[in-house]
Amino acid sequence: MSDTTDKGTPILEFRNINTHYGAVHILKDVNLAIYPGEMVSLLGGNASGKSTTLKTLLGMVTPTTGEVVLDGEVVNDKPTSYRVERGITMVPENRRLFKRLSVLENLQLGAYLRNDKAGIAEDLERIYTMFPRVKERANQKSGTLSGGEQQMVAMGRALMSRPRVLLMDEPSMGLAPMLVQTNFELIQQIHQEGIAIFMVEQNANMALSIADRGWVLQTGKVVLDDTAENLLANPELRKSYLGEA
Amino acid sequence: MTTAVRAKGAPRTGVDWFLLVMRVGLIAFIVIGLLGFVAQQIDPTNAWATWRHGDEGAARLSWAQFQGLVVTGLSQGAMYGLIALGYSMVYGVLGFINFAHGEVFMIAAFTGFIMSTKFDQAGWWDSGAFIPAMLFTIVVATIVATIVAVVMERVAYRPLRGSPRLIPLITSIGVSFFLQNAVILLFGPGAKGYAPFPDWLDKDRINIWQIGESDTGVPEYLLSVENKKLLVIVVAAISMAGLWYFVERTKTGKAMRAVAEDKEIASLMGIDVDRTIVTTFAVGGAMAGIAGILWGILFKSVIATTGFLPGIKAFTAAVVGGVGNLGGAMAGGVSLGGAEALAPLMVLDPWGIEGPSQLRDAVVFTLLILVLLVKPTGLFGERLSSEDRA
Ligand SMILES: Nc1ncnc2c1ncn2[C@@H]1O[C@H](COP(=O)(O)OP(=O)(O)OP(=O)(O)O)[C@@H](O)[C@H]1O
Ligand SMILES: [Mg+2]
Repeated sequence: MSDTTDKGTPILEFRNINTHYGAVHILKDVNLAIYPGEMVSLLGGNASGKSTTLKTLLGMVTPTTGEVVLDGEVVNDKPTSYRVERGITMVPENRRLFKRLSVLENLQLGAYLRNDKAGIAEDLERIYTMFPRVKERANQKSGTLSGGEQQMVAMGRALMSRPRVLLMDEPSMGLAPMLVQTNFELIQQIHQEGIAIFMVEQNANMALSIADRGWVLQTGKVVLDDTAENLLANPELRKSYLGEA
Repeated sequence: MTTAVRAKGAPRTGVDWFLLVMRVGLIAFIVIGLLGFVAQQIDPTNAWATWRHGDEGAARLSWAQFQGLVVTGLSQGAMYGLIALGYSMVYGVLGFINFAHGEVFMIAAFTGFIMSTKFDQAGWWDSGAFIPAMLFTIVVATIVATIVAVVMERVAYRPLRGSPRLIPLITSIGVSFFLQNAVILLFGPGAKGYAPFPDWLDKDRINIWQIGESDTGVPEYLLSVENKKLLVIVVAAISMAGLWYFVERTKTGKAMRAVAEDKEIASLMGIDVDRTIVTTFAVGGAMAGIAGILWGILFKSVIATTGFLPGIKAFTAAVVGGVGNLGGAMAGGVSLGGAEALAPLMVLDPWGIEGPSQLRDAVVFTLLILVLLVKPTGLFGERLSSEDRA
């Protein structure tokens, strides 16, 4: 079991969460916790419920039973906006930019709940420095960008809300192998600024090599919960996720 | 996708041939009509004109008539454009056509009627107090229309959120009947006349640059615009500019466009999706409210079914411009109004069709068919998103 002592209160927590889509039971008694500043990874095969986990955390999907806890407060009946305001956000699966809006408008929407003009301008500059390409394309419709550029905008948009926890749903999906490496470096860089990262990945090797801890989800159940190091060494995991015999 | 365009490489079926004949036939009809028009302007007794109109040939269209038609077309088209915005915005965020939108417009026109008679009784209408009374009427009608649109969303459409889009569509037809009949119940089925407008608005014209005299000695001007039509065009233009600013430049407008594109991610940005949908209905209702008063100024009377034809035409304008595209709705409205005013004399008359001005409604719907045949996404329409939009 992972070592969760002396980390303080988790920012985000699941207590016995069950989520259904209609009659279909997706998440089954899931417990997890994310502490300030850590980097954790959620692994699992297709349709195991990874995206559903993130959506339930954010309130885009309502759990049937169990508690979603934010800074010690049960937020089951609070809307997504409430949670975003308190520092959670997500880079969604497939990036999901507003394609008909300009790159700049996408970034501004990331800061929708903020009112500090100066801070927003400052963060925008920071994102432009981080991704000079995004600055060049600021007034272009985001739907016209390449996949890699869209990934940058999606990250930028998420960062514009000044999150404490950044949820990422398969950030390396659809990127060229070279970009995947750059992308992971970027995630590490964001993490080093003190932002906790909760990353869903298919690329278990890569994800665990930068994460502190990890969970493995199988048909909606947490089957493994350990440090990244132990998970990487786990023969069962190596067999199912790293394609080793 | 609703497209009449054949998939590449697929063999032509009978239906494809039929559509092709329709397309080519309609366009040829219009082009020949326009050529005939040019020819009869040059020589009213040319061979084509005498063939179509008999030996005395066609009637030339004078400049005064022509510019009068253009102004009429623009003023009505601007009104259609204002209504079309509501169809387009609601389609943009919810993906269905709100057929009760024409009734919002009608209720605003009714509100204008009530206000005008009240002000008339108070002696304000035909006096120096007309302008404040008129402004107040516009404001009240806009507020009433906004409230009707918002209540409609809350009561009729919100409970249906998430159901297939056919269901709110059919509900909207029900809402439309409900509102029409409610108005009949309250005010009776007859036409209601506005209190007479002051002459300076209703009868007077602005004349610019005399260019000659007609045979009977009436002066002809380069531009001669009735004040009421000018007012309609100006008010519509200001409203559209205001709406454009709101949608493109404000934070709420940006949120609205985000909700139109992806509700789930919009909520992830912290946008209150339900509230944004209400705002959309409110803004669309306000535009229909202004259009209702413009209708009153132009036609001075209102009846419970007033919303029907302008509503359908505005819907056509929205389709012509590309549903969901606001610039397209405005442009669609103006081009539709223009076509409706000009096509009878510039396309139908050269064909020798009797009483072409009676066929204005036919012109509008022919245009709709033509757009659907040639460019089903509308003139400015983008390809609809893959988000289950038939
Ligand atoms: N909105 C929905 N309505 C109904 N079923 C859904 C919905 N979203 C997801 N599901 C189903 O829930 C299950 C889990 O989906 P989820 O997206 O959480 O999987 P995932 O682990 O993220 O998979 P992937 O790796 O393919 O992204 C799947 O079987 C999916 O079909
Ligand atoms: Mg997923």
